[in-house]
Amino acid sequence: MFEYNFHWRPVLKNLPDLLEAGLVTLEVASLAMVLGIVIGLALALIRLKLRGPLRWFASSWVELARNTPALFQLFFFGFGLGAFGLHLTPYAIVLAGLTFNCAGYLAENFRGGFQAIPETQIRAARSLGMTSAQAYLRIVIPQVIRIVYYPITNQMVWAVLISSLGMLVGFRELSGETQFFASRTYRIFEYFAVTAVLYYVIVKIILLVSRLLAIKLFRY
Amino acid sequence: MEQTVQFFSGFNVNDFLFLGEAAGRTLLISFVSIALGTLLGGLFGWALYEGKLFATFALAPVLDVFRSVPLIIQLVLFYNFAPIVGLRLDPFMSGVAVLTIYTAALVANVARGGIEAVGQPMRRAARSLGMTYWQDLRYVVLPIGGRAVFPSWVGVALGVMKDSALVSVLGYVELLKASQILITRTQEPFLILAFAGAFYFALSYPISLYADKLERRWAQ
Repeated sequence: MFEYNFHWRPVLKNLPDLLEAGLVTLEVASLAMVLGIVIGLALALIRLKLRGPLRWFASSWVELARNTPALFQLFFFGFGLGAFGLHLTPYAIVLAGLTFNCAGYLAENFRGGFQAIPETQIRAARSLGMTSAQAYLRIVIPQVIRIVYYPITNQMVWAVLISSLGMLVGFRELSGETQFFASRTYRIFEYFAVTAVLYYVIVKIILLVSRLLAIKLFRY
Repeated sequence: MEQTVQFFSGFNVNDFLFLGEAAGRTLLISFVSIALGTLLGGLFGWALYEGKLFATFALAPVLDVFRSVPLIIQLVLFYNFAPIVGLRLDPFMSGVAVLTIYTAALVANVARGGIEAVGQPMRRAARSLGMTYWQDLRYVVLPIGGRAVFPSWVGVALGVMKDSALVSVLGYVELLKASQILITRTQEPFLILAFAGAFYFALSYPISLYADKLERRWAQ
């Protein structure tokens, strides 16, 4: 039954390359998250405060990001834009796809966060003599950050997980690199097993760091 | 007379049939995996709630692995692992197996939340009315807890439907794989991707709206 011989040596030999590719994964996921937070915040505020075409644009972005597969979004930035003569590099495809996806999901979280703060708090702050900007910066934003902190860490984990789709558009992050080595040596199982472990470790580190950060930031 | 071989040909009616068939396969694999995964996930959720030592130290960490490793890695790993232990699985079977476990890992948490949502006093009341443990589960916990977490379950199910696109890495021709094949032949990425995206969106958007509405109504 067990006639397969496991060969771990080539994987160990390539482990430094895989670790380096893991850093690429972290890099693209972090960058997409930073962009996603900025864009997501903008989308959420537009959907809450504005009317007209801008609001329609923001809503379409959010609903498209949330209701189509992440792989479809990557393909769209990969092949779809090719129809308009726009050819992105694999790195740009993954970054654009991840950012689009994260911004959509985060916008919905931010919207929920803003809606959770009662309007009366702003009025109370204003009647105490705060300006509108002060009320937002000192009363609303600190509370919203606490509410959306946990969803943001989840989204970061999700960004790392879906960056693995880069493998399908020729991007050499952790999965793409694994695929590259696996197809050279035909030790597919061994390579992907090690990569699975690496992903697990990366995810756990992110969760641990965010937990420690929460203790430091919010004291809980 | 000279003959030229045509590599690329335009989009025609048969291609629509091809895409439609592939969309059917997306629905099929999603439906089977979600159905099996929900049953299994319900069982796991109950075990997490009831089982004391075994669940905390064995089941929970294992389920956590499936949520911390990218689905695409799980698919490749399982597809290459099955032959090692002597299983001969086609891409569909492998896809169903992995998606089912993945769904179950996600549903388990939802199900546990559902059981926890039913108050202890209510369950004691059921028992003191003479219901057996299983009657309590079937006639009290299932309707009340199920209702409480139904919107989250819909979210999980839609997520799995979208993630089923990843089974294409095993060569299963579902909607996105079919789109990719057609794009290579017809060189019309925008049209084909728009069709595929519209299909996912048309399926996911109304259902998620409905789940949101239910959640809001039940929250009152």
